[in-house]
Amino acid sequence: MTTPPPSLPTPTSAFGARVRAWDWRRALSPTGNTGDAVFRAALFACALLVLLLVGAMIAAMASNSRLSLREYGFGFLTSSEWNPVSGQFGALPFIYGTIISSLLALVISVPISLGVAVFLVEQAPRRLARPITFLVELLAAIPSVVYGLWGIFVLAPLLRRYVEPPLQKWLGWTPFFQGTITGIGLLTGGIILAIMITPIISAVVRDVLAAVPVTQREAALALGATRWETTRVVLANGGPGIAGAIILGLGRAIGETMAVTMVIGNRAQISASLFEPSYTIASVIANEFTEATEAIYLSALVELGLILFLVTFIINAAARLLVWSVTRSTSGTARA
Amino acid sequence: MQTTHARRYATNAVMTTLTAACAFFAVAVLVLILGYIAYRGLGAISFQFLIETPKPVGEGGGIGNAILGTLILLAMACVVGMPFGIATGIYLAEYGAGRFASLVRFLTDTLTGIPSILVGVFVYTIIVLPMKQFSAMAGGVALAVIMIPIVARTTEEMIRLVPASLREGALALGAPQWRVTTGVVLPAAASGIVTGAMLAVARVSGETAPLLFTAFGSRFFNVYLDQPMASLTVQIYNYAISPYDEWHAQAWAATLILMTLILVINITVRFFTRQKV
Repeated sequence: MTTPPPSLPTPTSAFGARVRAWDWRRALSPTGNTGDAVFRAALFACALLVLLLVGAMIAAMASNSRLSLREYGFGFLTSSEWNPVSGQFGALPFIYGTIISSLLALVISVPISLGVAVFLVEQAPRRLARPITFLVELLAAIPSVVYGLWGIFVLAPLLRRYVEPPLQKWLGWTPFFQGTITGIGLLTGGIILAIMITPIISAVVRDVLAAVPVTQREAALALGATRWETTRVVLANGGPGIAGAIILGLGRAIGETMAVTMVIGNRAQISASLFEPSYTIASVIANEFTEATEAIYLSALVELGLILFLVTFIINAAARLLVWSVTRSTSGTARA
Repeated sequence: MQTTHARRYATNAVMTTLTAACAFFAVAVLVLILGYIAYRGLGAISFQFLIETPKPVGEGGGIGNAILGTLILLAMACVVGMPFGIATGIYLAEYGAGRFASLVRFLTDTLTGIPSILVGVFVYTIIVLPMKQFSAMAGGVALAVIMIPIVARTTEEMIRLVPASLREGALALGAPQWRVTTGVVLPAAASGIVTGAMLAVARVSGETAPLLFTAFGSRFFNVYLDQPMASLTVQIYNYAISPYDEWHAQAWAATLILMTLILVINITVRFFTRQKV
């Protein structure tokens, strides 16, 4: 029924020590069993594929953006002229739009996400916490294009009618709230992004808070701390993990495509006003990729993709390391 | 002393209320979005709409081809992506102690955060450019690439939940390790792996960006994998940014279909996982 480990001849060396002959099975799996060797090698190949996938993505984008890389060099990042007709390609307006819309999303989303997570982990009774957790997670299950649809037909008119006029009235003297009110622009993009990243940030913060040892809470409570003061101790303990969660949200916001494309206005310009249309890296790729008939145009778009890839890759890597530093060291389930 | 005490308790009360408000605000947004989809979608949906192909403005038309397209694309993504995802997950769980496994684990986590539109760009350069045309195949591969890291990580988590005593028992009876994994560990983790796979399908079914320049879209019923193929999400996008009210209504109806699919999967999964715990 079960195969015993294969009995191998054990040759001896010149000095009489026992030397084991090289065996492909033993090389692939320490058990030396044929089935194990094949099984493990197959799984290893699949895992290797994930590694190769990342390499292939970078290689494919780098090779397809060669033309633009050679033509524009570093000027690509600092030029603000994007004119496919005259063959001028500068990424600055998209970089600006991406950064501002993502930061706006963070400013709105971080306090709310922290509030949600603290409420669910520290304060809500269990019977309430479970269904609310599920509902907040459902927010993350709504596709980007659906957020975009809702943004165009519900959020944008709402902002145009009830939010942007008072903002302009009171804060119109600052450069941030000037210009025509259309409901489509940076502000709308930032708000829709905020809604989309809130479930992501709060889910990670929840994990981080849950990983803080209960003894920390008990110690604070025993010293007479109120519930909120205890929560502050917990938050301080989860510090790096919370930072990781926020960076993770930032990464998501930077790469978000459809919803932003549908509400941000898609105009390659740099304007301080949040009411003005803007453009993000992901949006310009989504909008113009199929129109890019000339090689240099396509190449410039792929280079934008490469930039986006590297930025989100670094952001995600940093965020993971921060989150792991909390959830692994404290829960005692350190892996590898 | 008394005032400090009062202030501390007041702060506590205020902050507790604020965090609760945050939670209810998030839930309220969800209800608003889902409610509005149901309201606009139910008003525009009909049986004809579900089986017809798109028609010019003013002539009605439907999303039958987009529903079929989405199902075909999802099936392809599963066929291509699931085996790799699950195998990677098993590797990480069963042989995942070394440095290589840590690297793979780290990269899968990072891959899940890579913008999905870049997967579209990637697949465009490796499949669409050489084939010189948009194709359902490219769309399916793009969705599979998104699926692999998600499936890999959930599979790993689920296999790790299988108690070590089960493995030890089987090993003690003399079974080789691969038989232990395929015959004992996998069946024990099967329901969890299926759950994770379903969630991955739900997640991928809402993807639009990677399909824009891979599967592209089509106005006809199509089952050929080397031809462009319609999908619900791309159809919703095209209708949403069009200037016609009739197409806007159709976008809401199509959204209702898509959200029903996604919610059914999510709630089913939720129901089953709760029973298990």
